[in-house]
Amino acid sequence: MDTFVQQLINGLNVGAIYALIALGYTMVYGILRLINFAHGDVYMVGAFAGFYIALYVGFAAGPSWMALAVVLVGAMIIAALVGMVIERFAYRPVRKYSRMTTLIMAIGVSLLIENLFVAQIGATPRAFPDFLGSQSQAPYRLFGNAAISKAQIVIFLVSIALMLLLQWVVFKTKVGTAMRAVSFNLNSAKLMGINTDAIISLTFAIGSALAAAGGVLTAQYNPNIDPLMGILTGLKAFVAAVLGGIGNIPGAVLGGLLIGAAETFVVGYGQHIGIASTYRDAVAFAILILVLLLRPSGLLGSTVQEKV
Amino acid sequence: MKRTLLALLLITTLFASFACERRNGGSGTNATDGSGEIIVGYYGDLTGRTASFGTSTKNGVEMAADEINKAGGVMGRPVRVIVEDDQGEPNKAATVVSKLVNQDKVHAVLGEVASSNSLAAAPKAQEARVPMISPSSTNPNVTQVGDYIFRVCFIDPFQGDVMAKFAAKNLNAKRAAILYDFNADYSRGLREFFTRSFKGLGGEIVAEQSYTQGDRDFSGQLTQIRAANPDVIYVPGYYGEVGVISNQSKQLGIKAPLLGGDGWDSPQLWELGGASLDGNYISNHYSVDDPSPAIQKFVADYKARYNILPDALAALGYDSMKVLADAITRAGGTDSVKLREAIAQTKNYAGVTGSISIDKDRNAVKPAVVLKLVWDAAAKAGKFNYDTTIYPEGMTPPATTSAGSPAPAGAASPAAATSPASGSGTNR
Amino acid sequence: MPTFVKRILGLVIVVGVLVAVNGWASRDGLFGFGLPYYYAELLSLTGISIILAVSLNLITGFTGQFSIGHAGFMAVGAYSSVFLTVYFSQPVEVWLTGLVGATVAQALVFLGIILFGALIAALAGLVVGIPSLRLRGDYLAIVTLGFAEIIRIIILNIDRVGGATGFRGAVSPWEGRAIIPQYANFLWIGGFAVITIVVVYNIVRSDVGRALISIREDELAAEAMGINTTRYKVLAFVISSAFAGIAGSLFGHYRQFLHTNDFQFIRSIEIIIMIVLGGMGSITGAVLGAIVITILPELLRQLPGNLIHYRLVIYSALLIVIMLTRPQGVMGAREFGIPWLKRSQKQPEGDKPAGEKGVPIAQSQEVRK
Repeated sequence: MDTFVQQLINGLNVGAIYALIALGYTMVYGILRLINFAHGDVYMVGAFAGFYIALYVGFAAGPSWMALAVVLVGAMIIAALVGMVIERFAYRPVRKYSRMTTLIMAIGVSLLIENLFVAQIGATPRAFPDFLGSQSQAPYRLFGNAAISKAQIVIFLVSIALMLLLQWVVFKTKVGTAMRAVSFNLNSAKLMGINTDAIISLTFAIGSALAAAGGVLTAQYNPNIDPLMGILTGLKAFVAAVLGGIGNIPGAVLGGLLIGAAETFVVGYGQHIGIASTYRDAVAFAILILVLLLRPSGLLGSTVQEKV
Repeated sequence: MKRTLLALLLITTLFASFACERRNGGSGTNATDGSGEIIVGYYGDLTGRTASFGTSTKNGVEMAADEINKAGGVMGRPVRVIVEDDQGEPNKAATVVSKLVNQDKVHAVLGEVASSNSLAAAPKAQEARVPMISPSSTNPNVTQVGDYIFRVCFIDPFQGDVMAKFAAKNLNAKRAAILYDFNADYSRGLREFFTRSFKGLGGEIVAEQSYTQGDRDFSGQLTQIRAANPDVIYVPGYYGEVGVISNQSKQLGIKAPLLGGDGWDSPQLWELGGASLDGNYISNHYSVDDPSPAIQKFVADYKARYNILPDALAALGYDSMKVLADAITRAGGTDSVKLREAIAQTKNYAGVTGSISIDKDRNAVKPAVVLKLVWDAAAKAGKFNYDTTIYPEGMTPPATTSAGSPAPAGAASPAAATSPASGSGTNR
Repeated sequence: MPTFVKRILGLVIVVGVLVAVNGWASRDGLFGFGLPYYYAELLSLTGISIILAVSLNLITGFTGQFSIGHAGFMAVGAYSSVFLTVYFSQPVEVWLTGLVGATVAQALVFLGIILFGALIAALAGLVVGIPSLRLRGDYLAIVTLGFAEIIRIIILNIDRVGGATGFRGAVSPWEGRAIIPQYANFLWIGGFAVITIVVVYNIVRSDVGRALISIREDELAAEAMGINTTRYKVLAFVISSAFAGIAGSLFGHYRQFLHTNDFQFIRSIEIIIMIVLGGMGSITGAVLGAIVITILPELLRQLPGNLIHYRLVIYSALLIVIMLTRPQGVMGAREFGIPWLKRSQKQPEGDKPAGEKGVPIAQSQEVRK
């Protein structure tokens, strides 16, 4: 039982990070019908932004809430700028072209970010400083062997707070209303006097900032960061967005948590049903194919008819 | 029409760079073996996923070549290293070795780290009868490709065996869990031979879990391992993941020590794992903290040159170049047949990674050291403390056989030349 | 000249050229002269790239369905065919040698093996295509990517094909061949490259091809015109996968070593860059793209300095620049070069750049006699 609870905590912990990244995918897809392949790399850029902020400001590893807050907010701002630059200079010029063009563009941007990082700083993993001190501290015991570490608690709390904040922005503010209008119909929104370019730009900024938060938070638990860390995580987060219903914000959160939990349970209990832990990375893709077969609109998404 | 001409011109230019060469029949060995510079090809992953391994090895090779040149070259002939990047893909590895042996006419090839890349590329060197020395491909199959293929590192069976013996005899472990890198041939090899050997010594494998390189979350695997309650956890992976694994195992409250192999050896390990690494053990070729002058000189020179401490791969790259130079001297030139013979006869070569002898299967036979990882909380730094030396079967410890004080025979075994300063560890 | 005479003449010339180049690139050389081995190797790898690029162009360039898992289908073909070779082909080859002699026996066995690889890859294409092609195109991108990844993980789990070590031959020598035989040479690779080009060319010029292009131009309109779009998309996808499988078998029997690291995501991207560079919807463009992308990195090696380290940066920047300036690819949908290809393809508008929507195929039909 304690093992089960422990695996649930582990799974939801990974899932919270997927959820933060999936939000960016789902928001961008909702507005532009674009799979932003570079989003996983923005997550990586966020983690490295945090790393270099800590390096240049001179925060050493060691428990410090201040350092964590500064690094987190700084990384989110930098990633938001990166997201806006990508949108402005790569996606906006090709927005009028076919879907395939934008998709190839997205892949090009993703590869460019990864390879620039590899060429400039090398593929060697870096160690992100531990600002919680949880890595040398015993975890909090719940019952039996089940325990939760400080980093895991912080990941849960910060991601929940960010998700609630996003929900508030999207549903309670004027900007959020504009975002929803643009995602509903870009041209009508433009006719209603909404500055759609600004709204799209803002959407990229918010999505990128959330991904960066995911990058910094995950680095508090897994200090290993490298330029290619965004590829697989980004893909799984995308699957999470599809599972929840792409374009649907609560769906992305639900999808992220489910994918995280599913992966961890495959590691934990897969061998009982004949799936070795070696298949962990295949789980997300298998789920994707199943969702597409059974319910292409995702768990919470509504079926949208293709417009003529 | 203009465009057609342009395209045709482009294609012709491409083909124009393909010169014809006269087939001299038989093998494509290089003719020059008398004088001139000695050309050595190095191939490795410099831009792919495992670029850090390839770069370390390259640094070691280049440093050794520079040292040789500063000392006047090999028999007065300077050494030139041609470096090629294979991006960590076996197909590219085969292509670049084909280029090195057929186009650049190198006298010998050094590389690769990953066994799969060596396996793909070795046939090219073998076909052209150019000796190839792999610094760190540990899969037994690599040298079976042909009689021109050598290595200067352990093979998987030996290293897996070493850790199993250490766990069973020195740590009195009965129950072991394994967490291995599913995608890495090296890790799978060590797992296989550790399991075989540990079971042979009466132990039991209570849990086995895997991950793949690049994974960041290991808590699922570690939770299952924790539930199995092992005495030791064998993690034969590379330092990037191992640092995090060690970290997360402590965050899950796991007390059993982790055991690893030479893949752990890197300064990065301490940055990633920090205090959580304290009390773990690894098998390795040498220890950067080994006080023997040869090793300390290597470590200091490397640090001065690259501003980073050398890892095991750098040391192996360095040794592979030095072993090659030594063989060229003994062969009296770079004639490929004689050179092959000379490499095969390498005996007790005192490298930084231990005393290297090449056996009949063209593998290096050398002792392994077991190091204990110790974290100094005050200095916020960790180090590898020498614990014990384990010799391969058929190789007797130099001089006296009394455990604890292996006296080096001549300069034969610097790795074994330990001093009491680094502590004697937990010999029980 | 009657058409069939022209065709036979063309066939004779192509076979003649292939045999000559094969001799030139072989170990013995042609009349004592030969291509340096390294270049000969690049030539064969280029041939494999051409098969991959031209076949991917059928689904991505002509049908407008974006697949980024081509390397996965190549892996399926490579591993299934090499598996057959290593574990099952020896007795058949021995038996056939007794009947028709060693050379013919080997050729027959290899042909069978290639077809087997193509069949398995086509089946894989069917399995992936049916669910994902019912949906919008961008899902296909992510599903093909996921599928390629799953394939890789499954192969890594099968120890009989080498697992993480790589596949060199039978794990235990008594089970089959210890080393994969080098069946493929330039004659096979070049021959299949020509076959791929001819098959894709003919599909595109047929009514199936017009249906495919109509799907690319406007799927809803095509559907409204009574075209069963899903059926045609799956068909194109299966054919494309089969050729990727052929490329895989040729690769495996040429390299004599298989490892999943050669079939990663980046390999699929490389194939996409080939067709983007050449022009989506242009066969000759795809061929040119395949040649450039295979040979360029090797030429970069000759340059001094660290330029090769920036190979992937150059690739991705190239991709972005092409998308920004010529989203339809450098050549667009136009064919170019070899005059006999151009004659049947003459465009009324002359050299006017083809638009995003591609060349109207119906017009090029009338000129053909």
